[in-house]
Amino acid sequence: MSEHSKIIEIEVLRYNPETDKVPSPQVFEVPFTDDMSVLQGIQYIKDHLDGSLSFRWSCRMAICGSCGMMINGVPHLSCETFLRDYYPARVRVEALNHFPIERDLVINMEGFIKKLESIQPYIIPKEPRTLAQGEYLQTPEELNRYEQFSSCINCMLCYAACPQFGLNPEFIGPAATALLHRYNVDTRDGAKEERMELVHSEEGVFHCTAVGYCSEVCPKHVDPANAVNQNKTNSAMDYFLRFISPKGGAK
Amino acid sequence: MNKRRPYVRPMDGWWRKNPYFVEYMIHESTALFVAAYAAVLLFGLLRLSQGEAAWNAWLNTLGSSWFILFHLAALLAISYHTYTWFKIMPRTMPPVVIGGERLPAWAITGTGLAAAAAACLGLLAIVWGMAR
Ligand code: SF4
Ligand code: FES
Repeated sequence: MSEHSKIIEIEVLRYNPETDKVPSPQVFEVPFTDDMSVLQGIQYIKDHLDGSLSFRWSCRMAICGSCGMMINGVPHLSCETFLRDYYPARVRVEALNHFPIERDLVINMEGFIKKLESIQPYIIPKEPRTLAQGEYLQTPEELNRYEQFSSCINCMLCYAACPQFGLNPEFIGPAATALLHRYNVDTRDGAKEERMELVHSEEGVFHCTAVGYCSEVCPKHVDPANAVNQNKTNSAMDYFLRFISPKGGAK
Repeated sequence: MNKRRPYVRPMDGWWRKNPYFVEYMIHESTALFVAAYAAVLLFGLLRLSQGEAAWNAWLNTLGSSWFILFHLAALLAISYHTYTWFKIMPRTMPPVVIGGERLPAWAITGTGLAAAAAACLGLLAIVWGMAR
């Protein structure tokens, strides 16, 4: 048996903005070995069959978050998804759902980047701290509160899994809310009130109808649905608190 | 010239494209049975306020085979609704930490389902006791 004894069909949804009105599928026959990921299959196409195929990737080890694609209709990191699991059937590859297609498998992520910026994804100290005061100390319990949400690699699979984001692209969505929550529950941070304005807003968490598929597809077990739904409660609490406490609640 | 022309895919029929979404639509639609059942009960309350004859007429209607069929369907739908409700519950609440350990999802779902079952049995026992 030769090394490339098996051939799998990979169907790619192609789109060239300069020539195509709408995307259309193209099938490639790709020789593969059992250790080959879907990403490697697509790289084979680019290297040997059609150099114009466009897609994003970098680390090949499920950590950079750039190789997300719909594989047989399910959002996956293509570098940790294996061709052998689909063989002998054809595997269908498409750009991440709910995002505009820039070209072939490359999506437009401007909206997501804007959302990330808007949540201020960095620690904003409660008060300025001098070097002489030394580092912040945190207990393991305090770390536990946000650690899970800090594992996000910005792969956007959760957005491709969220029909509410598909129906309303303004919705802040799973990953951005998970990161917002990550900073809000960090004891070193003091900007919760500012971030809560986003949670309460028109684009905020109440678009979510608890479909829960975002958490299902997340490769890093961030459970973004949990962050979104905890913040529905937080938002409701803020709303009611303002009736009893002049200081509590949103502006 | 700008060669970019991002293509936005339509959302029509989105829920039919993934079994996960089909199940979501099914369990969301079982909420209609919850609403219908509540409406039937509220109507009973209204009839009760209108006196004995009205109340007995309502009880009679409930005895018809159509209403028994409706109640069977509602029982099935509401049971499924309860199951999916508690299944998603761990995703919707803050972490519960007991003795330094985070309560696993199955324990939260299990507690919810057990509480629902206990409430149903308790209610049945009370009604049984009153009917005797
Ligand atoms: S929450 Fe999970 S699925 Fe969403 S972007 Fe982060 S790592 Fe990816
Ligand atoms: S290539 Fe980096 S996550 Fe797949």
